[in-house]
Order: sequence, then C-alpha cells, then structure tokens
Amino acid sequence: MNDAREPESVTPAIHEEDSSQWTARIRNSLVRALPPERLIPDRQPSYMASWIYIFGALTIAALTIVILTGVVLSLEGPMWWHLSSVGLFVNSLHLWSVELFFFFMVIHLWGKFFMAAWRGNRQLTWMTGVITFAVSIGAAFTGYVSQTNFDSQWIATQAKDGINSTGIGAFFNVMNFGQMLMWHIVLLPAGVVLITGLHILMVRRRGIVPPIELDENGRVVREAASDTSVSTNEEVAV
Amino acid sequence: MAKNRRFNPDRDVNPWKGAYRPYDLAKEVIICFVVVAVMVIGLAVIFGSPDDKAVTIQRWSNADQVDFATTAITELDGTSGTATYGPPYNSTPDASQKVGPVSLESIAGVHIPVNPAQDFVLGPLSTVPNAPVLNAALSAYNAASSAQQQKWDAAYEEAVTKATVNNGKIVVPAGDYGPVAVMISSLTSMAQSGALDTSMINQDHFYGTDYTKSLLFVADGTYFANLGDAHHLSGGQWGMMNETGSFPGQAWLWLYTMWYQVWPFTSSWEPNADALIWALMMVLTLILLLVPFIPGLRSIPRWSRIYRLVWRNHYKERRI
Repeated sequence: MNDAREPESVTPAIHEEDSSQWTARIRNSLVRALPPERLIPDRQPSYMASWIYIFGALTIAALTIVILTGVVLSLEGPMWWHLSSVGLFVNSLHLWSVELFFFFMVIHLWGKFFMAAWRGNRQLTWMTGVITFAVSIGAAFTGYVSQTNFDSQWIATQAKDGINSTGIGAFFNVMNFGQMLMWHIVLLPAGVVLITGLHILMVRRRGIVPPIELDENGRVVREAASDTSVSTNEEVAV
Repeated sequence: MAKNRRFNPDRDVNPWKGAYRPYDLAKEVIICFVVVAVMVIGLAVIFGSPDDKAVTIQRWSNADQVDFATTAITELDGTSGTATYGPPYNSTPDASQKVGPVSLESIAGVHIPVNPAQDFVLGPLSTVPNAPVLNAALSAYNAASSAQQQKWDAAYEEAVTKATVNNGKIVVPAGDYGPVAVMISSLTSMAQSGALDTSMINQDHFYGTDYTKSLLFVADGTYFANLGDAHHLSGGQWGMMNETGSFPGQAWLWLYTMWYQVWPFTSSWEPNADALIWALMMVLTLILLLVPFIPGLRSIPRWSRIYRLVWRNHYKERRI
C-alpha cells in the first residue's frame, strides 16, 4: 500500500524567529551548498563515461588502507614490525598501499589536467588536489625516515642536506626519529585527510567538469559560442 | 552567479543541459576498496617489504675499524663533514648554501648544535670508568695548547691511512701522536663494545628518540657510504628515492632526484645544488598549483586533444 504522507523531517524546521542564529545560518548555508542529493549523488551527467574517473575513488580506497594499516602498526609501536612476522606483513601492506595511493593519485592528477578540470570555477578543487599531493609526499617521506632500519638511516642522512639548505632543517630534523614519527602518524596524516575531505566536498559542490566544448577543428561549438552569459558556478541538476 | 565576459574554453563551461544516468556512488566506493585491498594483499604477499638492519656504531667499528678510526680523528681535529657542515649544526664560515645572495640556511642559524670533537670523541671517552691510562691521555690532551693538539691530530690523521688490523686491533705506524693514539684506540674499543652507541643517544637523558649525532657520525665514515653504493642508493644512483633491494621506494620523487643528475647542478652550481634544486622544485610546485590561472599552460589540455579520448562517447553522440 502506498503511503502518501510526507516523511517526517528528522531535524525540526527552523523557526522564523531563529533564522538569525549562528547555528541556523551555518546549517542553512551548508544545506544550500551541499544538499544531500549533491553530497551523495545517485545520478551523474551522461558524459561521465571513462575509466579515468575511477582513479579518484581508487586513490581514496588506497588512502583508507594506508590509514587502517598505519593504525595497526601504531597499536603495536615502531619496533613491532622488525620483531614479528605478522608485523612485517602489516608493514608490507602499509608500504604497498602507499605505493598504490601515489600511483592512483598521479594518474588521477594527470587525468584531471588533460580534462582541464579547473574550468567552471573549479580552481580551488584543482588546488586542494595539488596540495594533497604535496602533503602526501611529506607524509610518505616521514614514514620512510621512521622505519628504524638501514633505509631510514640512508634516506635521512641524504635528505638532510636538501632540507637544511632551505633553513627548514633547523626546525624539521629528519634525523630526529621521535620528531619524524610524530609528524608521520599525527600531523601529516591529519593534513592529508583534512585536505582530501575538502577536495571531495568541492568536487561534490561543483559537480564533475563538463567536456571541453570544441569541435574536431578546435572551434567552440555553437551552443557555447552563442552563450555570452557564462556560468562560472553552474548548478548540477541532479 | 553569472558574469558577462567572453567565453574561454580553458576557463569556462556551460551549464550541463544534457542527459543524466544512474550512478551508484556507494557501490563504486566499496568495489574500489575491495579491488585495492586485494591488490595490496597480493603485492604484500608476493614482494613483502625491505628491512635491512640499521648500521650501529658497534657494527661499523667491528666491520671496518680503520675507517672508524680515520673518521674519529677527523671529528676530533674538526675536518670531518659534520665538523665543517655549517648551519644548523655549527657556524663554519662560508659553508651555507645560497640561492643568489640569499642563504636561508644561515638565516635559520645554528639550531641543532653539534660539536663533533666533544660530542663524538671527548665527551663519550670521559664516561669510560676505571681507565687510568685513558684518563691520563685525556688530561694531557685537554691540557695541551691548541697548536699542540692540532700537531698530534694531523700526525695521527696521516698515519691512520696506513693503519692495519692485527689480531683484531688497529696498528698505526709509530709516530708522535701524543695521547691521541690512546684516545682513538679507546674510542674504538668503546665503539666495538656497543657502549658508544648508548653513550651518544643517551647523552642527556634516559629515554632517547633523537639519533642526529649518531647518524651524523656514522654518515661521516666511508663504511656507511659504501653500503649505500652497494645498495644503489648514492646520489649519482638517484639516491634517496630508492630503497634497498628492488622496491620502488619513493618513485614520486623522481623529478626532484633527476635534477641532481643533470647539468647545471652537476657543474659549477654543485656547491649550492641542494638550495637551487629546492628553489626550483618550489617554483615548479607553485606553477602546478596555479595552472588554472596561467594562460598558455592551462591551454595545454585543449591543444593536446587528449580530452577527446576521455569524452569520446559524448563527442560521438553530439557529432562534434
């Protein structure tokens, strides 16, 4: 039997007299920017039909495994994986998820470059992606120098010269294991997760970038050329 | 928000007015996770991960005590790589790298002070208990003038290159080294027993997580460098982006590492190569960040026409 009644709203309606509240304003602006059907969409424009689109999700999947395996390594401490076959295996999972994370992320980045995915007021989406890449390099690097084995000794002593030459080495000492481990398991992962979250929200906010409207000869197609009122913040009609 | 301005295909888009198709985001995310998890498990099972044991000072001094003694005397006489490094470890004149007239290394200053003679040699030796001969040698060395110390150090530094190992002990040709021969011999014994590792890490406190001094000391020796060479890890072999064995390492650092292999960073720019390459990489990163705003650069996707592969179905359907 069909139920014609509207479902009850989970959150109570905002009363008119409360609309000046900071809380109400924040909630209203968030809902306006990211209504549920845009935040978690179940339909996408028909042009989204290529394998290249999968690499963003693959990057997130690899990042999730990086974090999960990192959490397991954290539970047992930094020397565990040298002394236990289970620890060594978890370290291997951590290593290969990092390798795949970067592999997928780089393909995602170049895919978006060749799609000129910054068009239509998506510059910040591109920029948060590049920042995520840069912070991830730092997160991985601090992991490599926190391995407490020959590799970490070698990488730290080699890398110190470059970092010292910038003056940063005076405060970011790659041979200080305690400092590097803290950066690796707290500060940089928090940065990667935070900026990745922002990046995803921006993708959801703007939607995926439409195709470049050029014909085979590189001319702007009529529909675009005739439209002089250019939208820089188009709505996604989901 | 709409602005009246000329349409630029490298910057603008038109609102999508075409068709939409079903898209199961949750299913895509879960399948991606499972696929990546299977790949990660497969790679971990097949290849594992490298874990070559760290080089301790004990291992170094037992494996190559001539190299250890040679390095130790350069730490004592102030000619080692660490002693002449400059900021952030010490204030050696003209040791800082520069980009043009600017030396950020000097601006940051000496923030992690390291005095190799004291931290690597004299300080640890002063902790050895029940060693009257060593104590006498240390007293004689500390009481001597700077010129006398330098004379002993220089004589030992020259002689140690001809040293041999006999019955596990280093044998240096006879000469006037004053107390230095006893001091370096004692330091070698201390290192071989493992006491020097402990002494250098726990200089100030019980718990130790800072290996700066130990690593600087180890890295000053040729034993450590030779191990790096053998593992194809030295600077000329694309350095720190590699790992021991055949593991991919930090492959994403290829561009940074590449600059160390090519002109002009291998020529007269080499003394400032680190600072110049970092400056170059910062500029390149900034350019990558600002691609959407840089005319010409943001047109590369349009010129490359690779986008027509990505959206080939769209162009086919629209016949454009």
